[in-house]
Amino acid sequence: MPDDILVDIEDLQFNYDGRPVLQGINMKIPRGKVVAIMGGSGCGKTTLLRCIGGQLRPTGGRVRLEKHQVCEMSEAELYRLRRKMGMLFQFGALFTDMSVFDNVAFPLREHTDMSEEMIRDLVMMKLEAVGLRGARKLMPGELSGGMARRVALARAVALDPMLVMYDEPFTGLDPIALGVIGQLIRKLNDALGATSIMVTHDIHESLLIVDYIYFLNGGRVVAEGTPDEIRASKDPFVHQFVYAEVEGPVHFDYPAPSIRQELLAGVTRV
Amino acid sequence: MFSPASLIRKLGHATVERIWRLGFAARFFVAILRLSGTSFRRLPLTLREIYFSGVLSLLIILVSGLFVGLVLGLQGFETLQRYGSTEALGVLVALSLTRELGPVVAALLFASRAGSSVTAEIGLMKATEQLKAMDMMAVNPIARVVAPRFWGGVVAMPLLAAMFSAMGVLGGWLIGVVFIGVDDGAFWSQMQAGVDWRYDVWNGVIKSFVFGIAVSLIAVFEGYDSVPTAEGVSRAITRTVVTSALTILALDFVLTSFMFRGAS
Amino acid sequence: MNRTVLDLWVGFFVALGIAALLFLALKVGNLSSAHMSETYVLQAKFDNIGGLKVRGPVKSAGVVVGRIAEIKFDPVSYEAVVTLNVDGRYQFPKDTFASIYTAGLLGEQYVGLDVGGDEKMLKAGDTIAKTQSAVVLEKMISQFLFSKAADGQDKK
Repeated sequence: MPDDILVDIEDLQFNYDGRPVLQGINMKIPRGKVVAIMGGSGCGKTTLLRCIGGQLRPTGGRVRLEKHQVCEMSEAELYRLRRKMGMLFQFGALFTDMSVFDNVAFPLREHTDMSEEMIRDLVMMKLEAVGLRGARKLMPGELSGGMARRVALARAVALDPMLVMYDEPFTGLDPIALGVIGQLIRKLNDALGATSIMVTHDIHESLLIVDYIYFLNGGRVVAEGTPDEIRASKDPFVHQFVYAEVEGPVHFDYPAPSIRQELLAGVTRV
Repeated sequence: MFSPASLIRKLGHATVERIWRLGFAARFFVAILRLSGTSFRRLPLTLREIYFSGVLSLLIILVSGLFVGLVLGLQGFETLQRYGSTEALGVLVALSLTRELGPVVAALLFASRAGSSVTAEIGLMKATEQLKAMDMMAVNPIARVVAPRFWGGVVAMPLLAAMFSAMGVLGGWLIGVVFIGVDDGAFWSQMQAGVDWRYDVWNGVIKSFVFGIAVSLIAVFEGYDSVPTAEGVSRAITRTVVTSALTILALDFVLTSFMFRGAS
Repeated sequence: MNRTVLDLWVGFFVALGIAALLFLALKVGNLSSAHMSETYVLQAKFDNIGGLKVRGPVKSAGVVVGRIAEIKFDPVSYEAVVTLNVDGRYQFPKDTFASIYTAGLLGEQYVGLDVGGDEKMLKAGDTIAKTQSAVVLEKMISQFLFSKAADGQDKK
């Protein structure tokens, strides 16, 4: 296997309560790249991320990270591996009982024996990188959604991870904050020499910053390619997604009998 | 709606669910003990929780203790007067408090003041993915969040119960000696003759220690096991208070029957 | 919350808790007087112990010198066997008299040791030979009434 592949996913399957969520995913994520995994809500994107982080054990298949088989590792080994990973949660998941500074310092204090001065310098650098050095004394409750996301980003990269995962980094942000986060993800990835996996359904922002895109639907990879290939794609699914069309292979209705049938059926006792 | 079959099915489901949770709680308790190293190695973490569970419960414990003592003094005097033995007021107040009221009432207050807030805190951390984030940062949330809160409660509870009892005795003294005029010397000497250090006071301390373990475990477990939504957390808080109260009273009966059986 | 301020509060809290425990132990309980590190065992047999209880006091000249450890019924002699834990600092002569007294009219009952004049001392495990049973109130009253009645008849 070539060494420039950091994360190698082979035939990954996951069932939740007997319902298949992932059905044989294959992905190769090269070092140093920003890769987006896209798809509608509930298509298993977040599940996929959590399998890579080892928080969920897949039903079948393998995830290789560097030389480690993530799915076969013990809890202690996983914890050692996760020190080299960073993750940004959907709404930041900042620790609400700590200040911004303490949030970013948290991984440093937990995993290193650095002196307080060194921690202070490092935290300042990380906060400067996301443009929030001045907000270090604020509590998470006093931050806007975009600012909280940037603090969480600073915290995710505090230990200079080799792999950073983003779970819906753009959800609930205004267009300006969204652009800021997108640029930061790209900038930080290149500055740290890290690899980034981004789960999102914001196609337009993603097309601007990522190197490669996977499309997921129904627990399978249905399309993949570089941003240019995606824009030029004739694939109906990709086309529907990129141009946000209502009609297409993806239905937004929950599966049900036709409305005509249900209305005519009348009221039945449940 | 109320067909017997569905009722039985519901009952069976609820029973299985309870047993399931009980097993999970037991496993959770073992996990807390196993992962308690952090709580002792990094004392500031546990001290913080003693502050939140103990120091912030001080006021309610001291004030309640005083009032319970005052009431015991009044009621005790009223009854003892009929038998002309008001100097036994000290024994009555002190024995009621050290054996039963101190540990039990302090534990009930502790469950509703500190236990509920621990459940709310852990439940909200779960609902906002803070626990998952911690886990992803290679920090075990049971070691970092749950165990210090558990030990903080275990340390705080016996101290609070002792303060409650002491405050109650002072309350009884205030009513009996200062306001009603029972002889001061008789009050204390009868108390000292009638209250045994090992038998009465120490058994009370053991009780409060056991209650502290029970309430702290229930509080952290309900928080950790809560459904991660606003409604789920509020339900978990209710369950903490109700389960704690029932557990305290049931444990009190068991401990009392062990400790005070046979003698006197 | 500054960490040092928090430490101060926790320290204050723990100190207050320990103070309360000491108060309960020394002022409410009787840790200081009940502290008997070394004790030895004596036994005494009574016809009737009245309302004597385990852990009741053993007094000599009004001073607590021990505790009642055990009360048993002897199925052979039909007597009550009372085991006493006596403070090791005190020795009592062989002919010591053990009686059951009542503190006040309705108070608790205790074992009183009235010292005799023997040169030899009681050793651990010995049985006190001379005992006097509890005074049963009803018996005492009826005795008193009978004797009064007898006095009245004499005077006539």
